[in-house]
Amino acid sequence: MTFRNFFLSLALIGLTSSFTVNAQPFPSTYSPLPSEPVLIVNATLLTGTGERIENGSLLISDGRIQQVASGNETIRAGDAQVIDAEGRWVTPGLIDVHSHLGVYASPGIKAHSDGNEATAPVTAQVWAEHSIWPQDPGFNRARAGGVTAMQILPGSANLIGGRGVTLKNVPSISYQAMKFPSAPHGLKMACGENPKRVYGERKQTPSTRMGNVAGYRAQWIEAQKYIQDWDEYEAKKDSKKNDKNGSENKTPTRDLRLETLAAVLKGEVLVHMHCYRADEMMTILDMADEFGYTVSAFHHGVEAYKVADELAENNVCGALWADWWGFKAEAYDGIQENIALVDRPEGSCAIVHSDSEEGIQRLNQEAAKAMTRGRRAGMDIQPEHAIRWITANPAKSMGILDQTGTLEAGKMADVVIWNGNPFSVYAKADQVFVDGALLFDRNDPERQPVSDFELGQQLGAAQ
Amino acid sequence: MNRDQMTVLVLALATSLTVNAETLFINDATVHTMSSQSVLQNGDILVREGRIRAVGIDLSAPSDARVIEAEGRPVTPGFFAGINQIGLVEISAVESSVDGGLAIEGLRPEFDVTLAFNPNSSVIPVTRVEGFSWSMLQAYRSGSIVGGQGQAVSLDGGYGSFLGDKVLFIDVGADASDLSAGSRAGQWMQLEQAMAEAASEVQWAPEPLLTVAGRQVLRNYKSGGIVVFNADRASDILQVIAFSKHHGLRAVISGATEAWMVADQLAEAGVAVLIDPLVNLPGSFDELGARLDNAALLNEAGVTFAFTGAETHQARKLRQLAGNAVSNGLPYEAGLAALTTSPAVIFSLGDDHGSIEENSVADLVIWSGDPLEVTSVADQVIIGGKMDSMVSRQTLLRDRYLPESTELPRAYIKPQ
Repeated sequence: MTFRNFFLSLALIGLTSSFTVNAQPFPSTYSPLPSEPVLIVNATLLTGTGERIENGSLLISDGRIQQVASGNETIRAGDAQVIDAEGRWVTPGLIDVHSHLGVYASPGIKAHSDGNEATAPVTAQVWAEHSIWPQDPGFNRARAGGVTAMQILPGSANLIGGRGVTLKNVPSISYQAMKFPSAPHGLKMACGENPKRVYGERKQTPSTRMGNVAGYRAQWIEAQKYIQDWDEYEAKKDSKKNDKNGSENKTPTRDLRLETLAAVLKGEVLVHMHCYRADEMMTILDMADEFGYTVSAFHHGVEAYKVADELAENNVCGALWADWWGFKAEAYDGIQENIALVDRPEGSCAIVHSDSEEGIQRLNQEAAKAMTRGRRAGMDIQPEHAIRWITANPAKSMGILDQTGTLEAGKMADVVIWNGNPFSVYAKADQVFVDGALLFDRNDPERQPVSDFELGQQLGAAQ
Repeated sequence: MNRDQMTVLVLALATSLTVNAETLFINDATVHTMSSQSVLQNGDILVREGRIRAVGIDLSAPSDARVIEAEGRPVTPGFFAGINQIGLVEISAVESSVDGGLAIEGLRPEFDVTLAFNPNSSVIPVTRVEGFSWSMLQAYRSGSIVGGQGQAVSLDGGYGSFLGDKVLFIDVGADASDLSAGSRAGQWMQLEQAMAEAASEVQWAPEPLLTVAGRQVLRNYKSGGIVVFNADRASDILQVIAFSKHHGLRAVISGATEAWMVADQLAEAGVAVLIDPLVNLPGSFDELGARLDNAALLNEAGVTFAFTGAETHQARKLRQLAGNAVSNGLPYEAGLAALTTSPAVIFSLGDDHGSIEENSVADLVIWSGDPLEVTSVADQVIIGGKMDSMVSRQTLLRDRYLPESTELPRAYIKPQ
């Protein structure tokens, strides 16, 4: 059953019952901002498919990538504005699979602390999008760093923290108008120290790692039952007359927590699991097998390099930092070659993620560091490959690779023109396009949005 | 022991002594001297007995010297790792491995974190192999706005490798309002009283802020000791300048997110700052003026500044911070200076550290490329005139997991 069909079936249930279930609550109202056709020429293109095209051209119109061409091919400009990108590099818009922008907004005051519903170890019923403050200045900073899409996740205090949401990085009053059309929800789960610390300190379960695992499993068992109840109800509801016992076929009670978990088991919501230690990742993979779901990505995975082969075999992405380590016991074995080693096996899916309002502005630098460490350790990693860590691979893990994440004809025109090789501390995004619309231009103040919060601050000092 | 064995032993001893007192000659480097010699192309450096003995072009290597061919690569002084808790923290969230802050209430300037310094911390080699040779141990405010005393330390792994004088840490602004009964004005009230107590010879009554030991310590700072104030808001920075001038303290300001707004006042007062040049978001209401060209603007105004900000385990990120400052308008050599000469001058270590000059301590780094670039690494660190092994717990973990497959479990792989 696809994501849409699941909700459709709920909607049908609604039609035959005394209540109505909205098939898609809080729907995306995103629509691309106005754009003009653009032809970028003479650029070094990193397509995100593993290719590097010198003297490449890229035609964007109607919000889509229309054509990608190498130096000896020409694209007719037609009515497109031509941008000569001589000496500059062009990549897909960067994608961060792990951000808390809007849910832990700047300034980091208590009033903006909306990322962890740390009142129970399982809060699968909460949705990160309901915490998002679109005026977080961090969105604009991230866009200036080339980020065109991101997944906003709940924090990691809970075993099951709630739904994450994928956004287009556009200035907006509502999160709905940022919501990436038809992107599946993510489910934030967490291994290890955080849940057992938060609840253990309150003398609640979980207080141990074994308590963590028992906690997840109990939830999946409930979710299986929930699916079964609804399936039985659906099967019987059209054949009331044949009910031998004469008992009424009652509509099961809707439960937001179990609805989310059921959607995971049906493959409609993607699991993004905070997990540092190699041994815990192996436990989680077994648990996913037990209940028949897949983990889309392990996040943070400071020890992912120890199980790189297993991650690739299980088709699980590793969403990692370039060099964070040591801030807690489960982060003690961090090494700077982690991403390169996770990337090494065939079929791997290495991702550079930020989990940081600073890091999201410099995903290209983080990827450059990881690439450098891989090379120093003897792995041949080129920019055209490493760019996938911050474009195609996160898109894959978020279920949006068919729409964005690479420079291919037909995809959303989420594109960054860099002032040079993006794998450099001196690289800057010159222009950032989202669905073909120029939303940031480093040299044009009129294309540098400012959030309501920052407007008019510190006028006293200026006068 | 027979004669052959004896000979081997003597030779071994001689070899180890030679290693310790090795004469090094770096040949053909791009030397960022950070001195009046500026940048030397095809520069040579002679190191003997832990100090730099000569820097120049076309020097000749002494016959006993170990020659290191730099092949044009950049060489810089060992970098400053910022204000942090390297050697005071093993794992941040493991309380028993953390010694950087005193959680008892009350102003305790006599608290001295150098007594807790552990040169065997894994964080030291992890940081050192990335080109960082010294840092400033911070006494982190915990129980009051006065964190206590720290000191600069060489990352050479010595038990007593402290540099210069003790430094006092004080935290002001919103960041510390929980320690001052809710108002930053109360911070200055407390500090004024502390200074008054320190100046007094009589026992303060009835409820002194300071202990007897604390009064003595604070009194020492009144004669020009270095006090690092953590402050971000422009108005707080001005309060620091005024307070320090009044009490004869040599103020240094860390954080300093809004320093660019009061750059002229900082320059005029000769107050130096340590900033994180990546801060461009209003993390709090004290940082509404955060901007990426803070360093560039301070540089233009003639303020002395260094870089800090990356947390303890990530101190190695500091050169990326510097690269970003350069990317945002800071001249390149000023970016390097903020990791070398400037922190050395700020903490009164300029005679020995921060530049490649005759007689300065031989803390040197040979880089694979531009030292501020994220695609460069430290190829070789020399600290106190010794070639570093370039091994850390992290390089050993890497080497254990680098082979694609192993017969026995990886626990049997013990890389050197």
